[in-house]
Amino acid sequence: MNHTDIKEPKFSAESMSEVNRIIAQYPAGKQKSAILRVLHMAEKEFGGWLSVASMDYVASLLSIKPIEVYEVASFYSMFNLKPVGKNVLEFCHTGPCAIEGAEKLIEYTCKKLGINSGETTADGQFTIKEVECLGACGYAPMLQLGDIFKEHLTEEKMDALIEELRN
Amino acid sequence: MLANDRIPGIETYDVYRKHGGYASVEKALKMTPDEIVQEVQKSGLRGRGGAGFPTGMKWSFLAKPEGIPRYLVCNADESEPGTFKDRYLMEKIPHLLIEGMIASSYALGANTSYIYIRGEYMWIVGILEKAIAEAKAAGFLGKNILNSGYNLELYVNPGGGAYICGEETALLESLEGKRGNPRMKPPFPAVKGLWQSPTVVNNVETIAAVVPIINMTGDEYAKLGIGKSTGTKLISASGNINKPGVYEIEMNISVEEFVMSDEYCGGIKRGKRLKACVPGGSSVPILPANLLFKTAKGEQRMMTYESLSDGGFATGSMLGSGGFIVYDEDQCIVRNTWNFSRFYHHESCGQCSPCREGTGWMEKILHRIEYGHGTAQDIDLLWDIQRKIEGNTICPLGDAAAWPVAAAIRHFRDEFEWHIKNPKECMERNYGLAKYADEREIIPA
Repeated sequence: MNHTDIKEPKFSAESMSEVNRIIAQYPAGKQKSAILRVLHMAEKEFGGWLSVASMDYVASLLSIKPIEVYEVASFYSMFNLKPVGKNVLEFCHTGPCAIEGAEKLIEYTCKKLGINSGETTADGQFTIKEVECLGACGYAPMLQLGDIFKEHLTEEKMDALIEELRN
Repeated sequence: MLANDRIPGIETYDVYRKHGGYASVEKALKMTPDEIVQEVQKSGLRGRGGAGFPTGMKWSFLAKPEGIPRYLVCNADESEPGTFKDRYLMEKIPHLLIEGMIASSYALGANTSYIYIRGEYMWIVGILEKAIAEAKAAGFLGKNILNSGYNLELYVNPGGGAYICGEETALLESLEGKRGNPRMKPPFPAVKGLWQSPTVVNNVETIAAVVPIINMTGDEYAKLGIGKSTGTKLISASGNINKPGVYEIEMNISVEEFVMSDEYCGGIKRGKRLKACVPGGSSVPILPANLLFKTAKGEQRMMTYESLSDGGFATGSMLGSGGFIVYDEDQCIVRNTWNFSRFYHHESCGQCSPCREGTGWMEKILHRIEYGHGTAQDIDLLWDIQRKIEGNTICPLGDAAAWPVAAAIRHFRDEFEWHIKNPKECMERNYGLAKYADEREIIPA
């Protein structure tokens, strides 16, 4: 399925009950507080990024104005406001990772996949992003892949990871 | 706090409980809330997030108007480069944080509390929610906890990727579902915090430390450490060392022991020489090797709040968050300073002009120095910009962006000058240690 095809995003019944569980964690009338978690869910369920349609849908679920969702989604760096590849490799490039080889590893991976940092491969399989400190400084270099961290990376481990994700 | 971190299954309620877990809650519920606040005051506990403000005093500021709910919010937004201690604690011993949250919420009279965790730690959200469900099933959360009449609900709220949300008022904005723009103070969160209600925001490690304080009493806790640096501190060590990782230290060991002994960092990797260290997260001043193990007065430097800041910013630094980053002789100070400036530029929320614009200018100037296009005026220009950011912003991000630049110029000016004078050579090799003699000019802060 092409991500951009989701014109009318709608959560599954299971996700809807999760949305309701999250909203119930805040006092009555403060359902806006659920926004970040619901946006994470929307991004995951609707193709890895937040389209305007997805954000409008979240606004309707939380009974808030669409602009309240746009301004939040554009503030926080974890949200993708444009389509991304199936696997988003988010490399930490901040200080402690940088002095333990992050820059070289990013360069290596870019070369291997034939793209620049910030780009997606033509087959839509991989996006490379550089992000700021992810709190894994002692286990550098590292990257985030979805909800998990891949740490103590080397070029060999990168090769194996890309191979694994391709299949 | 980490004494039990290697026990298999310690992340589960049953094993945690078997090793003495939740004893502090049982003890706390038999005390009055004020008695617990007093114990925390006696303990001398200071905020473990970076600022080091006395926790008991922060708690005592909490306004208690009738009929208005109060909140405890745990700051688990750990984003300061070099810092990964809270993550370790939450991953390994999630119940320690839950236990601390219950005892602290009771002390503050909060019936709903939140753990605000950075969105990148999404898998830990699951770990914490599982621990919360277990604690609730065991009667430590929910209504009428242990028949005390006290009710508490505890929830986890993930962020969306923004360093600024570690600042407590930005965190509260974010928890309200907004952009993480810091608020003007006053009013302080203790008076008007979450949804305009009185709120205390404490770091993960701070809240976890309440557990041993209640168990052993504040007076006994205060006997650990040296002077006003009481208790233990989690240090997350990274960079060019043999044993990076999270260490719990009693605040009575020397910096030299921490870096060189096999019990902790295990010395510098690959037999290289030590060049510099950022001892408390990227925001605190970098120290050259000759000021790290000894203060300017020649005294042994200790892993305490006071000793690490001995000499002020002229010759000292800060314990900060305990994000301890070590640099060997192969590292380039200009490149590292540029890297940090890029970080602050990216993370500035954009509210205040000095920070929004200044961080970008610093990044740009440092980039051109690093890549051989620096000019003779650039060092003074950088100095001027950082001075104009510091103290002129709503929140401390401006200071945090200014201090690393100031300290790098203060201690490593010759390296900046070398880059500017040798634009080709600086692209081919690093400056190394060459001119770092023990006698160096000290520029006042």
